[in-house]
Amino acid sequence: MHEQAASIKSYTLVFLSLLILTAATTVVAFIDLGPLNVVMALFIAVVKMMLVALFFMHLRYSTVLTKVVVGGGMLWLGILLLLSLSDFVTRGWLPVPGK
Amino acid sequence: MDSHTETAELREQFETPAQQKEISTLGMWIFLVTEIMFFGGLFLAYAIYRREFADVFALASNTLDAVIGAVNTAVLICSSFTMVLAVRAAQIGSRKALIVFLILTILFGGVFLGVKAYEWDQKFEEHHVPGPTFHLEGTTQQGPAQLYFSLYFTMTGLHALHMIIGEGLMLFLLWHAYKRKYTPSYYTPVDIGGLYWHFVDIVWIFLFPLLYLIARHQH
Repeated sequence: MHEQAASIKSYTLVFLSLLILTAATTVVAFIDLGPLNVVMALFIAVVKMMLVALFFMHLRYSTVLTKVVVGGGMLWLGILLLLSLSDFVTRGWLPVPGK
Repeated sequence: MDSHTETAELREQFETPAQQKEISTLGMWIFLVTEIMFFGGLFLAYAIYRREFADVFALASNTLDAVIGAVNTAVLICSSFTMVLAVRAAQIGSRKALIVFLILTILFGGVFLGVKAYEWDQKFEEHHVPGPTFHLEGTTQQGPAQLYFSLYFTMTGLHALHMIIGEGLMLFLLWHAYKRKYTPSYYTPVDIGGLYWHFVDIVWIFLFPLLYLIARHQH
């Protein structure tokens, strides 16, 4: 466990980055990028999540065990989203015999 | 093993205060992982139905006020900033700063919930709440439109419930900080309370673009 307090300056930088990214995601949403609008929105959200998790939640300085637990959680979330969506997205790609 | 005198920073079952803190942090993260799965199911439902009814979801999403949503996101980020400063204050043993930053966190959280209540109230006025009086202008697909708003109210509602619980936790921390329970060698409750608060912030970081911003470029 990293017990030394991080500087106010580094927290302030993360805070300002989060505010700028919030403004950026709002502005970009009004510009027509076609299918890239969703990609941009999710990309910015993931960057913001990483900033909060690594710096505000001190994941950067956490033990390996904690990191593995968080990574495992994200892996299961990925399985939930990817496998379920791969079912819904591919329905209708092939004809079903007898239907 | 020798038994030692129990203190808040070293309970009997632990070898060292560092080990105890590590276990507390790990326990909180395991709880947060269950929360990820809990909200994950809702995000999955949202993704499936949004794909199915893209046009209606776009129309329904654009009835929300993107500026209010963005400002409220900023308010929540401010609360996370004051929270991390509260944890830092506890870490360096500044009781006064800890109390001030906890109060600020509670205030920012309160502003967020107030704005959310105003938004919900607007939706009731506009008959955008799923039920017999529901009506969304500009579409014949009232069913899928209600589906969007069902997801909207469920997701923002559960998020708001987490915020209310968070406010309760902050009040508890404030009370204990006032009673001088926390020292640089023991401030674990502030630390893991912070983890919870930031997690709720992260959930909103995803809710904001997905609920408010998905179709702004279309209208």
